[in-house]
Order: sequence, then structure tokens, then C-alpha cells
Amino acid sequence: MAILTLAGKSLWNRRLTSALVVFAIALSVILLLGVERLRTQARASFANTLSGADLIVGARGGPINLLLYSVFRIGDPTNNVNWTSYRTLAAHPQVAWTVPLSLGDSHRGFRVLGTSRAYFEHYRHGRNQPLRLAEGREFEGVFDAVLGAAVADRLGYRLDESIVIAHGAGEVSFALHDDKPFRVVGILARTGTPVDQTVHVSLEGIEAIHADWRGGAPVPGLRLSAEQVRQLDLTPKTITAFLVGLKSKTAIFRMQREINEFAAEPLLAILPGLTLQQLWDLMGLAENALLIVSGLVVLVGLTVMLAALLTGLNERRREMAILRAVGARPGQIFALVLGESLALALAGAALGVLLLQGALLLAGPMLQARLGLAIAGWPPSSHELILLAAVLGCGFLAGLFPAWRAYRYSVADGMTIRI
Amino acid sequence: MTGSSAIQADAIPAIAIGGLRFRWRPDRPWVLDIPTFTLAGSERLFLAGPSGSGKSTLLALIAGIHRATEGQIAVLGADLTALSGSARDRFRADRLGVIFQMFNLLPYLSVLENVTLPCRFSAARRARAIAIAGSVSAEARRLLAHLGLDDPGLEGRAAAELSVGQQQRVAAARALIGRPALIVADEPTSALDADRRLDFVQLLRGECESAGAALLFVGHDRSLASHFDRVVELPALNAAPSVG
Repeated sequence: MAILTLAGKSLWNRRLTSALVVFAIALSVILLLGVERLRTQARASFANTLSGADLIVGARGGPINLLLYSVFRIGDPTNNVNWTSYRTLAAHPQVAWTVPLSLGDSHRGFRVLGTSRAYFEHYRHGRNQPLRLAEGREFEGVFDAVLGAAVADRLGYRLDESIVIAHGAGEVSFALHDDKPFRVVGILARTGTPVDQTVHVSLEGIEAIHADWRGGAPVPGLRLSAEQVRQLDLTPKTITAFLVGLKSKTAIFRMQREINEFAAEPLLAILPGLTLQQLWDLMGLAENALLIVSGLVVLVGLTVMLAALLTGLNERRREMAILRAVGARPGQIFALVLGESLALALAGAALGVLLLQGALLLAGPMLQARLGLAIAGWPPSSHELILLAAVLGCGFLAGLFPAWRAYRYSVADGMTIRI
Repeated sequence: MTGSSAIQADAIPAIAIGGLRFRWRPDRPWVLDIPTFTLAGSERLFLAGPSGSGKSTLLALIAGIHRATEGQIAVLGADLTALSGSARDRFRADRLGVIFQMFNLLPYLSVLENVTLPCRFSAARRARAIAIAGSVSAEARRLLAHLGLDDPGLEGRAAAELSVGQQQRVAAARALIGRPALIVADEPTSALDADRRLDFVQLLRGECESAGAALLFVGHDRSLASHFDRVVELPALNAAPSVG
């Protein structure tokens, strides 16, 4: 007890050095826990996004690619699915529902998704939550659009706003479908998934804006007005992918095989959960590398502490001699220096947790809006607590060395004051 | 201190050495070889010795830092050769007050905290300090006042801000707190200028007398020797060949 008070006063006496050491450890802890939290929350966020569908079907290609572009709006589809194939599979006796997805256009950097009203009925996020409209209604007309929460937020859109869709997925596009503007009829409630970043329109709407286009460019001399387009047959010829809900979960693998062997065109059916796992296996390597790097940064932080304690030790031999003279045992000198290391590591870890918490509190809304990533704050997960315990454990181990040095000094010097 | 315990303290010598020999390692020469030496229970003794005469080693043996290689050394009736290292540390904490030549104080403690430091390590001294003055800090203030350090602004100041003379008096108060029966002072005046030396010795001697403590004062300034009960030359005491 006496020793712990002394350790505290001794650290306070060297408060500038102590503060720098604490800060170095805090920074390393922020990095370690930040990486860990981003990793787990990104996983949770991805897992929240794909609940609902039993199978995702697209043109044959990489399963991870299909998962990324169909659900997460990352990357681009390689090929399309014929509307007839989609209709055939949608009518399959095992299939309970399907949601067609048509991608390829954008509005000011946000993806535009052509779909059917089945989307609002069957899409699930988080713990099996359906989509909910915050304002307005689902799309009905050809040129109706329903916005994700983040789109409405970022662009400041209200109901009845008129928006123009651009061809292609870039932030800046030179090919605008500006002759056929859409009207905002609904805004979805926030989901914390890529749905928030999406502009939803009907498949017919997608078809309509491309009615006078061929091969990704307007047909010269052919200009159809919005009114003229409405008179056409707007049944799409192709879609990008579709989600499938089955009547019975037991049929999943049979259905998957059936779709993969579909005769009319080469298709790929994936189980979203399984494919996500494949993605994580792929990412595992990078994640581990990141974790190792942040672990090394913690070691750097503790080395800074070690350097500070060892530097101070030689000039503190006088102090050790005084303590020995008033009756301190060498073991207590050991405890004094070890206690200082532990106090520094503990203060560093605590400051790191607090700073990280503060940073997340400040940056949380931004991450949510830009990346659709919901980073929960308090309390730290059990895995984070294990990491913190590991930091303190390493701090303890690092502290053993100067403590042992001080012990050796105090045994060798006794009460002799070395200067 | 009551008369009977003073007599009892007198009856047990503060230091009793017989056939004491010490060397650092079996292959090294003897550093100390003291056939016999006694310091009576309330005696104030001036031990004169040039550096290299084994003075520091002798003090370390008396304080129980090192253990005698051969022979007997009893301090305040306790046979130090029979005690374990941690028991000797405990013994030193409870029964001894030590004053160094200089740099006596912990720089990160205030004056008052420096004086009360031994009470952190010894419950016995803590209890005695409380019995005398009611509280540890009251006893520290009493001792500081006796030593001429009764400026109320002083006790909260950092030890490093004091003059050397003030520091040595604070060190004396620390050695005296909780009434240890033996004060060991290792050239405590060598960093002081001449007139301060005499002041310090008189103060220290007076405090030891009123506390009934024995005083082993090591020094080489023989002009101070007249203020002690007895003077012993360490080279005469130590039969081991001089090292320096």
C-alpha cells in the first residue's frame, strides 16, 4: 500500500514523461481496438444485410462477385439474366417468392436499383426486419422513385422532388437520362445497410429510360418522350440478378443445383450466408495482418514505456538507497517499479478506450451515412476485453525487466548512495 | 521515555560486535575484521574513519543490509547473523534511523511526507509516533520544530527546494520519528559549512538524548568529536588491511 502511493507520487513527479508514455500506449490501444471493432462491426453489418433470401441467382461468374454486386452494391455485374429464365424459375413449384434486381444506373453517385414491389415485401435486414417507409409510399408509376434514407439525407430530398438518373455507376456521368425525370414518392426508414444508399425504381422505369437507347448509348435520331414511352411494352428483356425465397429450407441445395444446371443459359445460384463466409475466409488474411500490425504498435508503445523507466532508473538509485534505509525490502523496490509500469499501462489502456469511444461517438454518424456501417460504442466486446487484458499483461511483463534491474541495484547498493 | 525503560535500554548494548569479519566473496580479502566493539544503550559515539577504512561496510552490517561472514553482531539485542534478509529489513524499519551524507530526501515527496516516510514502512514506529504526538504528522511537525524548521510554509514544499542544511535537518527528523533506539549517521555534516556543522551536531545530539536513543556518528571532522561521549578510530578498530 505504502509502495503504491509512492509509485503514484513518483510518476506524478515525472508527469511529462509519464503523460507521454501513457499517450503512446493509449494511441496503440486505440489502433488495436479500432481495428478489432471495425472488423467485427463490418462483419455484423454485412451479415445484417443479407438475411431474407435463401438463394441469390445471377449470370454465371464468381460467387463472391455476385454476392457483392447484388446485395452490397459493390462492383459491377459481368452479365445479365434473361427475363424468360427469370420467369421460368420464378414459376418453379419450390419457389415461394422472387425479387428481381436490375442495376447499372446511378443518381449522383448512388446506385439506382430497378426492382418489383416484391422487394418491399420480402427484403429483410438485421434480425429479420422488413423495410419500412418513413415517408410516402412504394413506387407505382413508371417514373416513381423510392429513396434510401441516406440518399434523402445527403442530397436533402423531399417527397415530390424530381430527380434525373444517369447512365453508369460513377459519381459524375455525362450520359444523363434527363429527358425522363423520376419523381420521389417514398423515402425508406434507415436500415444501416446499403439499402440506405440506393434509389429504388420499378423495372419498367429502368426499361423506359433505356427504350430509345441501344448498346449503352442513345440511338441517334430516335427520341421518345416520357409519354410515348409509357405506351410501349416495358417488360424488361434482362435483369441483373434475383433473390429467391423457397417454400421449404430443405430444398435449398436441390434448388441450387437445379439452377446451376439450368439448360437455357448459364446461371449461378449462391447461398448468401455461405458465400459471405467464403468472403471472410478470403479477408481473414488481411484482417490478421492488420491485427498483427496493431499488435506490433502496442509493443512499440510498451517499448517507449520500458525506455522511459530504464532511463530513469539509474538516476533513481539514490532514491532506492533512501527507501532501503528506511526499511524497504528489495521486494518492495521491485513492487515500486513494477507498480509504476502497471499504472502506466493501465492509464494508457483506459485513455485509449476513452479516446476511441469519443472518436466513435463523433465519427459514428459519418460512418453510418457514408459507409452504411453502424459502429456500436459501449460496452467493449469480450474479445476487446481480452485484447485489453493482453495489453496489460504485456505491460506487466515489460515492467518485470526494470523492476528486476531496480531489485538488483537495491541489493547491490544497499544504503550506499551512488551518484 | 520512563526511567525503567531507560535503564533497560542501557542494559542492552545498542551494538555488540565480537570477532566480526566480512568479505564480499570467499576469494577476496577481508574488508572488516573487528575483534570487539560495543556501543552502550544510550551512548553518543563519534566513529572517526577516513574513506576506505571499511566505514560504509560496517554501517551496512549494523543496518542489516549485509550479513557478517564470520563472528557476532547484535544490534539492540537482536542477533543480526541469525535473522533472514527480510527480517533484517523489518528490524531496520522498526528500530533504526539512518542519516546520509547528502541527498537524503525523496524529491517527489513534500518535506512532511519525507519525515513520515519510515512510518509507511514500520507499523511500530507509526504507533510510537501517534502515542507521542497524537498523529504521525503532528509528531513530524514537533520534530521539525525542535530542529528549527517550524516555518509553516515549509512542510508542504518539495524537498528539492530546500537548502542543504535544511535538507539534513529534515533527514534528522525522519531518522528520529517513531523513536528508533539507534540513530546511524554517515557523515551527515560533510556537506554543511563550518558553523552549520556544529548547530547540526548539537541538535542531533540533543534530540537523541531526549529520545533516549544511541547515536553512532561517523565523521572525519575531529573538531566535532568533543560533543560526543566517546571517540573511536575505525582504523584502530579494524584489523583488516586498509583497502584504499
